[in-house]
Amino acid sequence: MIGRRLLDSKPLCGALGAAGLFCVLEATGRTGLISPIVFPLASTVLGRAVELATDADFLLDVVSTLGAWALGLLLTVVIAVPAGFVLGTLPRAETALRPILEFLRPIPSLALIPLALALFSDKFDMKITLIVYAATWPVLMNTLYGLKDVDPLAKETLRSFGFGPLSVLWRVSLPSTAPFVATGVRLASAIALIVAISVELLAGGSDGIGVFLIEVGGSPDAMVYIIATAIWAGVIGLVSDSLFVLAERRIFRWHTARTEVV
Amino acid sequence: MLEISNLTHTYGSGPSAHNALGGIDLTVAEGELVCIVGPSGCGKSTLLRSIAGLLRPTGGQVVLNGSPVEQTPDNLAVVFQDYSRSLFPWMSVADNVSLPLRRKGMDKKQRKEAALEALEQVGLEGAGAKYPWQLSGGMQQRVSIARALAYRPALLLMDEPFGSVDAQTREELEDLTLRVRGHHNMTIVLITHDIDESVYVGDRVVVLSKAPAGIVGDLRVDLPGPRDQITTREHPDFVHLRAEVGRLVRGMRSQPASASQ
Repeated sequence: MIGRRLLDSKPLCGALGAAGLFCVLEATGRTGLISPIVFPLASTVLGRAVELATDADFLLDVVSTLGAWALGLLLTVVIAVPAGFVLGTLPRAETALRPILEFLRPIPSLALIPLALALFSDKFDMKITLIVYAATWPVLMNTLYGLKDVDPLAKETLRSFGFGPLSVLWRVSLPSTAPFVATGVRLASAIALIVAISVELLAGGSDGIGVFLIEVGGSPDAMVYIIATAIWAGVIGLVSDSLFVLAERRIFRWHTARTEVV
Repeated sequence: MLEISNLTHTYGSGPSAHNALGGIDLTVAEGELVCIVGPSGCGKSTLLRSIAGLLRPTGGQVVLNGSPVEQTPDNLAVVFQDYSRSLFPWMSVADNVSLPLRRKGMDKKQRKEAALEALEQVGLEGAGAKYPWQLSGGMQQRVSIARALAYRPALLLMDEPFGSVDAQTREELEDLTLRVRGHHNMTIVLITHDIDESVYVGDRVVVLSKAPAGIVGDLRVDLPGPRDQITTREHPDFVHLRAEVGRLVRGMRSQPASASQ
């Protein structure tokens, strides 16, 4: 009975899955199914990951990546949300720019690294630019989508009380679109982290998780380091995503409560 | 206070054009409660949106208190049928009610007081801190009515206001409307497709024909007041009138010996 109840808790159930995978991996190494020389033992990797948590060099690199990530994300919001509102409220502008957007959108930002290397002398500027480029799309598209979803009757209601178009935009369109923007920012945050680490890895630089990966690549137990670092990158992504989900649920309770009823 | 003269409206142009209003002439006196009834899709909502200034009619004129309606007038409020879309889910009930009062230049405290007073009038004291989606349909429509009341409009427009609630709630809201109408000497134009409702609530029932809508009947309702859901509805005059309105809505000629004047 207690076991059943434990499985009802989602995080606990997920943790159990992770522990299960750990045991399977450990067992394949211990039994010699996969030689620990070819692929390190799960316990070795986990031990290294724990060590990394107190490794000053590694922590400085994490802080550096997170700094670029946060700044990139902030700039993305500052650029993409107003841009979305301009395009969403001026249909002509959207029609004019749509083909360009649809052309740029599928270009992977990593394919732009050579161009960015030629354009920027500073690696940090380059990293931020590529993050903003990649993270803009989900925010911009979600803003546009949210604006299209604003209930015409809600706008008409405010209009019937004599409010002008700007008031309607501010008091109805903006709050009504906010949950969609938030989802866009959450998706963008995952992309921003991926791009930040990838750019560090491919273009180098002075610090960052990607740079750390390059540096440890030369050490004799490179594989253990690389997997342990990857685990931390995953943890950072998971934590930030969970925090965004939590914040969305709290701030936009009216949105989730309503859509759950409907 | 409301004069509509030769109002016409056509949606679109060319062969696909839809002629919704075919020349409406209507005068509503101050303090009157006029029900406009007609078959579905006859252009009732087009008429209401023209009066509210939400739609620019293609012909004719709407004059409210002496000035022609070109944009949404200041002294007018609308209660829509779809309360769940018309109320703002991100705001509390009290904030929903007080929001339009910003147009009146009232400060925060005055707005709050006015909102609480209006909520009390519709029997929702204590619900101010809740969110619209936490209330039942009938209560949400009460909030919309409170929002309109707080605004103290000279003219209150109601577009099928009780069309989305159950029969019991509908009766409660009809009586609520009759109760609050006297508060601020409001003039009310209520649009409905429910014949019984138009006779029960109205001082006057205006019947529209199928699109393009024209007025095919204008009946005064002289029922003994105060109206009561049971006794009024069994009153012989009520029965007569609803039959008369029903005939007009169905496009039949009115009977010579009818209760209309």
